[in-house]
Amino acid sequence: MSGRGRRARWLVVVILAVVLTGTWGESTLWAQPTDAAQDGFVPMDEIPPEEELPAAPLVMTAYAVAWAIVIGYLWTIWKRLGNVEKELADVGRRVSAGDRAGTGA
Amino acid sequence: MTRRLFPVLAGLSLLFFVGAPVLIVRAPYESTMGLVQKIFYFHFAGWMAMFLAIFVLGIASIIFLFRRIRSADQLAVAAAEQAVIFGLIGLITGPLWGVKAWGVWWQWDARLTMAVILELILVAYLLLRQYGGPGSDRLAAGLGIFAMANVPFLYISTEIWRTVHPRTSVVPTLPVDFGLPLWWSVAGFVVICLAMLSARRRLEEQRATLDELYLALEDEA
Repeated sequence: MSGRGRRARWLVVVILAVVLTGTWGESTLWAQPTDAAQDGFVPMDEIPPEEELPAAPLVMTAYAVAWAIVIGYLWTIWKRLGNVEKELADVGRRVSAGDRAGTGA
Repeated sequence: MTRRLFPVLAGLSLLFFVGAPVLIVRAPYESTMGLVQKIFYFHFAGWMAMFLAIFVLGIASIIFLFRRIRSADQLAVAAAEQAVIFGLIGLITGPLWGVKAWGVWWQWDARLTMAVILELILVAYLLLRQYGGPGSDRLAAGLGIFAMANVPFLYISTEIWRTVHPRTSVVPTLPVDFGLPLWWSVAGFVVICLAMLSARRRLEEQRATLDELYLALEDEA
């Protein structure tokens, strides 16, 4: 590529960059700040609807928590009862084996 | 007895828990709180089940302290665990309701603070039983009676101190549309509390039998 061709290409790139920067800058760099509080916070009397917490997820979470706690607790009782009954059967066998050995002797 | 009682209670509680969502969905919206007020049906029922468990704990603790009946102590341990479980449901569902109704998750007012203290007393009871060593059963029985004595104060706290929490007059004056799902849920929670209590008591009985067997083994050795 000749020197003139290279310069012409650079010129196109620079013009494009200036146009794009200007377009972007128009919306951001030189845009005026919003009316978000800078000098002090003032309380609001009424919350706009879009700022309010939706109730449905809270209700569903509350019911899910209640169910999860009850079912989880029942599961722990069932698990603990199973372990104790298993141990009970094991110790019971050892006691009766000891009794038989004692009687045999 | 426990083996026969548990399936009946479990079946009944299933019936209540299947019916409760239908009644709760059909219940009208409360005018100031809207949909989030529907948490009330499980929240209040959870506390009622907790109070029942605490009364069982307290009475069983009195019987154990004065009569030394071992089965009463087993019932007290089982009831203390139920009370912690239902208290936890109340303490979690309450803030979920409060954040929408009051705009804050938590408020250190008399009712809420007393509820937390009661839950901590019950947790202390269980910790004492778990790690207290010899003699902790009698000490824990005293704590169980103390927990029971707290319940009436907790209940009337909204009448004595004006708090953000709804007052006790709300429930007796509920219209039928609100009352039916509420009392259905309370019945469901009470039945499931009794079902879990019978299963948990069986666990304590089995543990006692296991201890006796280990002692018998030691004697043989």
